[in-house]
Amino acid sequence: MTENAVQLIYIVAAAAFILSLKWMSAPATARRGVLTGELGMLLAIVGTLLRHEVVGYQGILIAFCLGSAIGVPLAYLMPMTAVPQRTALSHAFGALAAALIGTAEYYKHTPHGLVMVALATEVLLGFLTFTGSLMAFGKLQELLPGRPITYRGQNPVNLTILGLAALAGVLLAIHPEQTWVFPIFMALALVFGVLLILPIGGADMPTVIALLNSYAGLSAAAMGFALDNKLLIIAGALDGSSGFILSIVMCRAMNRSFTNVLFGAFGQVQASAAHAAERPVRTATAEDAASILESARLVIVAPGYGMAVAQAQHKLRELYDLLSRRGVDVRFAIHPVAGRMPGHMNVLLAEADIPYDKLYEMEDINSEFAQADVALVVGANDVTNPAARNDRDSPIYGMPILDVDKARTVMVIKRSLSPGFAGIDNDLYYMENTLMLFGDAKSFLGGIVKELGAAVRV
Amino acid sequence: MRFDEATLFVFVLAAFLGFELIRHVSPLLHTPLMSLTNAISAIAVVGAILILGEKDAPALSRVLGFVAVTASTINLVSGFLITDRMLKMFKKREPEKP
Repeated sequence: MTENAVQLIYIVAAAAFILSLKWMSAPATARRGVLTGELGMLLAIVGTLLRHEVVGYQGILIAFCLGSAIGVPLAYLMPMTAVPQRTALSHAFGALAAALIGTAEYYKHTPHGLVMVALATEVLLGFLTFTGSLMAFGKLQELLPGRPITYRGQNPVNLTILGLAALAGVLLAIHPEQTWVFPIFMALALVFGVLLILPIGGADMPTVIALLNSYAGLSAAAMGFALDNKLLIIAGALDGSSGFILSIVMCRAMNRSFTNVLFGAFGQVQASAAHAAERPVRTATAEDAASILESARLVIVAPGYGMAVAQAQHKLRELYDLLSRRGVDVRFAIHPVAGRMPGHMNVLLAEADIPYDKLYEMEDINSEFAQADVALVVGANDVTNPAARNDRDSPIYGMPILDVDKARTVMVIKRSLSPGFAGIDNDLYYMENTLMLFGDAKSFLGGIVKELGAAVRV
Repeated sequence: MRFDEATLFVFVLAAFLGFELIRHVSPLLHTPLMSLTNAISAIAVVGAILILGEKDAPALSRVLGFVAVTASTINLVSGFLITDRMLKMFKKREPEKP
């Protein structure tokens, strides 16, 4: 009787998750989507607590309180610039939970057959996503060097570890009672997670975070198979496919394949490539920049990770306000891989109160650059490099870019001429219509804002 | 425990449904989307509760179950809350001030 009721509750919860994702598609309905998701989760938990095999409420309650005590501050105290780190961390938690449940299940029941296959998948994905996400967190939080860490024979080593882990998994699936294999299996999965992320550099983080998201979901789905729980399967599959789609979107935006992202170690390979001779650049001061911006009709801003690092989004908003007030049309061009996770720039600009209908996707804005009087590049590099379009020999050739070079004047705010993540010189900086604004993005934008503000008062 | 092939159907259908749903999410919202799916994948809490709350659960299950419930609670609480916090910031242009 209770079991039927529980299944019914689970079905409603699954429907809530589906509606939640459906409503997530547009900003107008997205918050309703969150509410629905919360409702679904509440139902799932209540339904589970009702099951008659659940009797130990005390430990559950303590764990709920402890988790909430950590979770609430994590949600409210995290600055928006740290959202990629938080996401990596929560992938780690989710994957850890899945892996530990699988481990407990194994030692308790030692399941056989296909259930064991599901359990091994859950544990493998869970543990490798756990350490992998912790590594990603370390890199994003700059506890670890953000550059790719590579060594000779890296790929063979990684593949060997993965192969051994898979072998141990197969062995366990065939002979589940061989308990000595299980710790080895766990250790291999944990080590592989670390090795997988070592060669990943900052600009590849969006893809990798999305991929880890997918793995975390898949391990929850595998848990559903192991526990014969369809709600887990549905929620896990939704999460798994979401992460998968996002990582495909990211890969396409870089014109690279999965294998290339995971095993390519981008930055390292090209570090020695294309080191152009000293070429002249044109520079400008905040004053010059202000007067050009002032007389423009259409200004398109291309933000990148540098904007996040310099925390320049609020100054950008001030500039947006001043220019809009003078009738200048200011738009923002968002490259899909700008920043450190999918959609990173949108969140930062929204945080700075820039209306979201001013944020344009790459495909929608690229044709507008030709009509733009000014393209203002703030902390973006490789995603604006015309070599991706023109230079067949360039390592980033074929990558879709923002066509900022087509604007009448290009202004680039940048600390120095140092190459971007891909280690490639950016031809954009040496073009005739480009003005380099050397300095910290936040203070330089502050300078421009001051100039414009002074002009208002006169 | 047996392996029910119906569960495989559920998985495949849910995955396709997921593809269709996510394809329609505007890239504008990819970050909140990821934190939302993160919170949803904290559904692992269901499995964790079953392990921790089981009658006469062995010590190992209790410890692992406790960590798992805590970890998934962190995820679901912070995931839903931060998604909402982010979405609150997405505003359309305010009406022109006179």
